[in-house]
Amino acid sequence: MLAQRRRAMPSSNFELYAWFFMRVSGVILLLIAVFHLMLMHASIGVGNIDFDTIAGRWGSPFWRVYDFFLLAFALTHGINGARYVTDDYIHAQGWRVTVKALLYVVYAIFIGMGAYIIFTFKA
Amino acid sequence: MTMRVHVKVRRFDPDTDQSPWWSEHDLDAEPSDRVLDVLNKIKWEQDGKLAYRRSCAHGICGSDAMRINGMNYLACKVLVKDLGSNITVEPLLGLPVIKDLIVDMELFFEHYRSIMPYLVNNDPVPTKERLQSPEEHERYDDTTKCILCAACTTSCPSFWATGDYLGPSAIVQAHRFIFDSRDQAAADRLDILNQSSGVWRCRTIYNCTSACPKEIKVTKAIGEVKKALLFNRF
Ligand code: FES
Repeated sequence: MLAQRRRAMPSSNFELYAWFFMRVSGVILLLIAVFHLMLMHASIGVGNIDFDTIAGRWGSPFWRVYDFFLLAFALTHGINGARYVTDDYIHAQGWRVTVKALLYVVYAIFIGMGAYIIFTFKA
Repeated sequence: MTMRVHVKVRRFDPDTDQSPWWSEHDLDAEPSDRVLDVLNKIKWEQDGKLAYRRSCAHGICGSDAMRINGMNYLACKVLVKDLGSNITVEPLLGLPVIKDLIVDMELFFEHYRSIMPYLVNNDPVPTKERLQSPEEHERYDDTTKCILCAACTTSCPSFWATGDYLGPSAIVQAHRFIFDSRDQAAADRLDILNQSSGVWRCRTIYNCTSACPKEIKVTKAIGEVKKALLFNRF
């Protein structure tokens, strides 16, 4: 019965891609987040970060792209992790859909806001 | 060298109990006794109502997987001397309790059946056996050792969270056929495991690998199925 039902379902590779993305983005984040931490927190120092530091940094397109990658990978990785937790633990369909919808809205807002700020910023 | 052990057993009888409770037993045991011996002693000498499954008593049939001191073991394989003098025995987690240490395995076997756990080969039947080289066999030898005791699946937090998840044991069984050179239904099984109730629910927690009484490298087998899907479908 169950075997039949399982096989009849259309096969989608979405979960496969999501899983692969988690592996790849995990490795990328390890590199770029640690470098970000070393640079901003250890080398420059949190106390020394002000408008001029950021303005100087975003004078170069490299750092704008770098910061956008940091945001995009971290947020996508995190939201997808939260989606996993939601799928695992929220069994009531209504709640699950609601929570996931909220996650996607939060995701869209933060990616949109971040991209807007990073790429339209003028010193 | 007899030692005194204190045993706590999680009990539940649906006919008389509102909720589960603990029965406590003090008894003498040899360090080389297995937990199954201890349970037998309790049942035969202290409390004949205690219910648990066992059959072979030698780690082959897979009937007596249970949670002992917080870890899944076969009661017939784990020795008292490796547990110490305080022993806590509970039914497997994640499956409904029928009575005391006996759980309803139906969901577990439903998942098992869903991955087509039988050889599929539509070629004309050869007059002799279907030959396979030792190297071809080696590819899936580890996963042939599964005795369907459910220790891995019921140690898996993803399975605790959702019984929909096929669980490590079903994936191990699928692995056993997917990588068998004589089998022709690997693609169908991979399709089943590619669904959201399949391998992608595995979070690589490794509980299954530590729980397996046959020392199957369960997490590795699941990883191999994930890799097969990745290289096949990407
Ligand atoms: S009784 Fe058969 S495996 Fe333990």
